[in-house]
Amino acid sequence: MEVKIPKDLLYTEDHEWVRKENGEITEGITDFAQSELQDIVYIELPEVGQEVVQGDSIATIEAVKTVTDLYAAISGKVVKVNKELEKKPELINKDTYDSGWIVKIKMSDSAELDTLLTPAEYKKVIQEE
Amino acid sequence: MKPKNITPLYKKHLELKASMVDFAGYKMPMQYSSIFEETKAVRDSAGLFDVSHMGEIEVSGERAVEFVNYLVTFDISKLKRFQAKYTVILNEKGGIIDDLVVYNLADKYLIVVNASNQKKDFEWFLKHKNSQVKVKNAGKKYFQIALQGPLSEKIINSVTEKDVSALSFYHSKEEKIANIQVLISRTGYTGEDGFEIYGKSEEAEKIWDVIMEEGRKYDISPCGLGARDLLRLEMGYCLYGNDITTETTPLEANLSWVISFSKGRFLGKKQLLKKKEEGTNRKLVGIVVPGKRIPRHGYNILKKGEKIGVITSGNFSPTLDSSIALGYVQSEYKKEGTKIEIEIRNRLAEGEIVKLPFWKNGTLNKRVSK
Repeated sequence: MEVKIPKDLLYTEDHEWVRKENGEITEGITDFAQSELQDIVYIELPEVGQEVVQGDSIATIEAVKTVTDLYAAISGKVVKVNKELEKKPELINKDTYDSGWIVKIKMSDSAELDTLLTPAEYKKVIQEE
Repeated sequence: MKPKNITPLYKKHLELKASMVDFAGYKMPMQYSSIFEETKAVRDSAGLFDVSHMGEIEVSGERAVEFVNYLVTFDISKLKRFQAKYTVILNEKGGIIDDLVVYNLADKYLIVVNASNQKKDFEWFLKHKNSQVKVKNAGKKYFQIALQGPLSEKIINSVTEKDVSALSFYHSKEEKIANIQVLISRTGYTGEDGFEIYGKSEEAEKIWDVIMEEGRKYDISPCGLGARDLLRLEMGYCLYGNDITTETTPLEANLSWVISFSKGRFLGKKQLLKKKEEGTNRKLVGIVVPGKRIPRHGYNILKKGEKIGVITSGNFSPTLDSSIALGYVQSEYKKEGTKIEIEIRNRLAEGEIVKLPFWKNGTLNKRVSK
């Protein structure tokens, strides 16, 4: 099955996607990740206001096949979490790049964006898996 | 294990855009739409599964009855023609080599085994056979499709030449679908009414298409291994490799009902009798863990901080809207209603031991108790 890798986003090797919006980023898991996890049943979200460092585990995603962590793609402060997912975790399966977003982080160091992967680079990562 | 095998329905799965996984050396569909939607289809209407990866062993010859009876725990000499029985084969220590279904067909016994065990089982059969029996590994010869769900009977009757409503649970008959000869058996692994259909591999696609086409009127859904695993867990059915292995006995796994101690010799009997007399110190139980955190294979079961067992299968049940699991606990904790804790990633979740099956409203239970 062909997985979607939108051209206007950045990615991590851990299969997170990142959308830049001024000084903030929105983060979620990629289409590849959700298709690997299959039906998602539960998500444990971080606290709003929590300070995070790039690479920290900030959320836990429980799915039929396995459980996985969401890692902070960028250091900063959690400014918003997608509360809708507590009731409808399946939004991640159905619409991961839009209503299935997980967390918004106010960046503390925008230079970290350079460490993220371009769509082409991310495509290579999943081809190797 | 590297997957080198595909089933005769592989192309169908690709056409249906299934997400494919490697399972027991086969490329198999995990899901087509969503595991939960497919599970719901089987509980509410009907689902169609390709289970052609399952192995088949044929046993024939003069001494076939005695031979099969020596290997399995149930007394298969009691099987009427075309009757089937779920049973197990044991090693000399009484551990389970495999769980399987034996069909008493007109000219042979057809033994349907787990895909992951077919090589091991076949070698076991060969090792114990004598010159008066013929043992054939027929896994490649057959396709196997499972039609499961409350509307299965309506669907099957609209594709078979003759009505099969009279077929009772764990009985089979030869029938024709689209003029093709098949064996239809009223069996399954889901807790719903349903049928399993066996035929020649080269006819698999045709049979699949006919049932899917007819099933459309009844909201049939193709179903993958994900739904199959969830459906069987909701019924508390054992999965070989998880809940039963060579390290577990049927006594511990609540499978005493497949053993016939009175039938004479069978492999593993001596050890099993000994264990029966001694009493088992652990039992497989059903556990409900309210909420959505999933107790998974290998997680510890605790009581007041002490480890008393381990989870062997677990998942979130969309039918019951709760997490459920199977696991072994020390026998003194096996009683229904016992509160336990499960260590889910360094945090304790509260659970309770419950009577199996978890899902009690399946159409199969209604049929059997009728």
